Amino acid sequence: MPRPHVALLLALAAAYGVSHFPGGLDPYLLDVLTGIGINIILAVSLNLVNGYTGQFSLGHAGFMSVGAYLSSAVSLFVAPKLVGELSAAGEVTQGAVFLAALITGGFCAALAGLFVGVPSLRLRGDYLALVTLGFGEIIRVIFQNVEILGGALGLNAIPGSTTLTWVLAVAAVTVFVVHCLVDSTYGRGFLATRDDEIAAAAVGLNPTRYKIVAFVVAAFFAGVAGGLYAHFKLTITPTGFDFTRSIEIVVMVILGGMGNAVGVILAAVLLTVLPEVLRPIAEYRMILYSLLLVLLMLLRPQGLFNFPARRPRG
Amino acid sequence: MAELLRLEQATIRFGGLTAVNAVDFAVNEGELCGLIGPNGAGKTTVFNLITGVYAPTSGRISFGGRDLRGLGVDGIVGLGIARTFQNIRLFGSLSVLDNVRAACNLHRATAPGHALLRLGAFRRDEAAIVARANELLEIFNLGRFRDAPARSLPYGEQRRLEIVRCLATRPRLLLLDEPAAGMNPTEKTELIRLIQQVRRQFNLSILLVEHSMRVVMGCCERIAVLDYGVKIAEGTPDQIRTDPKVIEAYLGEDHGSSLAHH
Repeated sequence: MPRPHVALLLALAAAYGVSHFPGGLDPYLLDVLTGIGINIILAVSLNLVNGYTGQFSLGHAGFMSVGAYLSSAVSLFVAPKLVGELSAAGEVTQGAVFLAALITGGFCAALAGLFVGVPSLRLRGDYLALVTLGFGEIIRVIFQNVEILGGALGLNAIPGSTTLTWVLAVAAVTVFVVHCLVDSTYGRGFLATRDDEIAAAAVGLNPTRYKIVAFVVAAFFAGVAGGLYAHFKLTITPTGFDFTRSIEIVVMVILGGMGNAVGVILAAVLLTVLPEVLRPIAEYRMILYSLLLVLLMLLRPQGLFNFPARRPRG
Repeated sequence: MAELLRLEQATIRFGGLTAVNAVDFAVNEGELCGLIGPNGAGKTTVFNLITGVYAPTSGRISFGGRDLRGLGVDGIVGLGIARTFQNIRLFGSLSVLDNVRAACNLHRATAPGHALLRLGAFRRDEAAIVARANELLEIFNLGRFRDAPARSLPYGEQRRLEIVRCLATRPRLLLLDEPAAGMNPTEKTELIRLIQQVRRQFNLSILLVEHSMRVVMGCCERIAVLDYGVKIAEGTPDQIRTDPKVIEAYLGEDHGSSLAHH
């Protein structure tokens, strides 16, 4: 069996094992671990766009919100009509409904990604940042004004289907998909597009198509992450997915060293844990957090976990 | 000899400037042609027209009888026209091997989805591509740089790698844009040998844009001369060397003297 598949199976088994942890985990720890898992999904998927393909998307929270809202809508409005009261249904039915909700959220986010990506990815550089930034704001305003999705109050009483097992399993799948896509002859096209679009086209690659694929795949996983987040927090509001959330994810990617898978995962862990560790000094927390970011960028602009000369496999 | 590439009255205007004006030109199967002219004559623009970077304002460009209009840059590469760039354009952060691998995508046997499944077909495909890329690198003595980032290569090797990357797309016509730029006389002699080796070994036609008269006169069978976007002469190296129009176009330029010396 190919190595990535072995790793994926081991990770899935580990995720399953977590749910059988003797005595269960401390709720606070569970909370932090779930946050880490969701951030890994977001950062690793954004790394495909901002890291490997070299585009600059600032709209990841927007795609996350599409997934969060649409998957919640499935759980709240569609599922009860199909399978009756969720709490009365069996464990397998609940799991299937949740999976369907997550995938629906992912696909809707991917569709939004296609919708935003096709016109804007023909452009180069900064334009994409602006368009995705605009998209994030537009989607927030839309959710604020759609009454059926709760308007400014958001959605409440979303079933708490998200477990640590779900989060870790999706994180494992995200890492697997992004790794396998990039680590192939096909995937060299993402990197080639990043390094030189004109040269990429000159060897027969279609840079626009590569950018769209990266964008849509990333949006899909952001949508799934949004679904996990919604079914974890049980309540979502449009403002929970604003610009600063997108920036947080971008920072993880930059800090991990653009296009460095392991680094981005570690950065996602670090940036989730850091605010928690700094909790005792509550009022100075954000100042210190920002200061650390500035320092890290000054001292290691290539990314915290980017080390030179990893020999590529032939 | 069958005709491979044909430009008929190819013209492109940028605003008020006619960069290439009604150029007729053809490259035959297996031929090594040169395109020369003073700075700003429109040579690279002709390359950009052939490769689909620009669409001609009027006129027609065809390859193997097929009109190239609307095919797009990557589509034209797929038909079998590969090019190098005046200012080398490699995938700088990718390894030398990956530069060639990226160019092998046109002839990948499996769909992108196979990268996720990684079944036998995918692994055989990947192995074949890597083997082919390695073979190309060995032919051009770049094997020892295989794992180095392309941008770390010495200048001459970068030029060679760009040509190898072109060959990975399995072209029938190779367009070389000033391959001798910045080379010393020894390197130029080496380059002439390389160009001839490529043509022989890979059985292709080559169209060469070059400033170095030594290189153009040394290896081209037929030469076209552009001046201010207009083709002012075409013929064998000997004909071009003595053509009064060509001498006039080059007069006052450095190349006027280098032309006379030949």
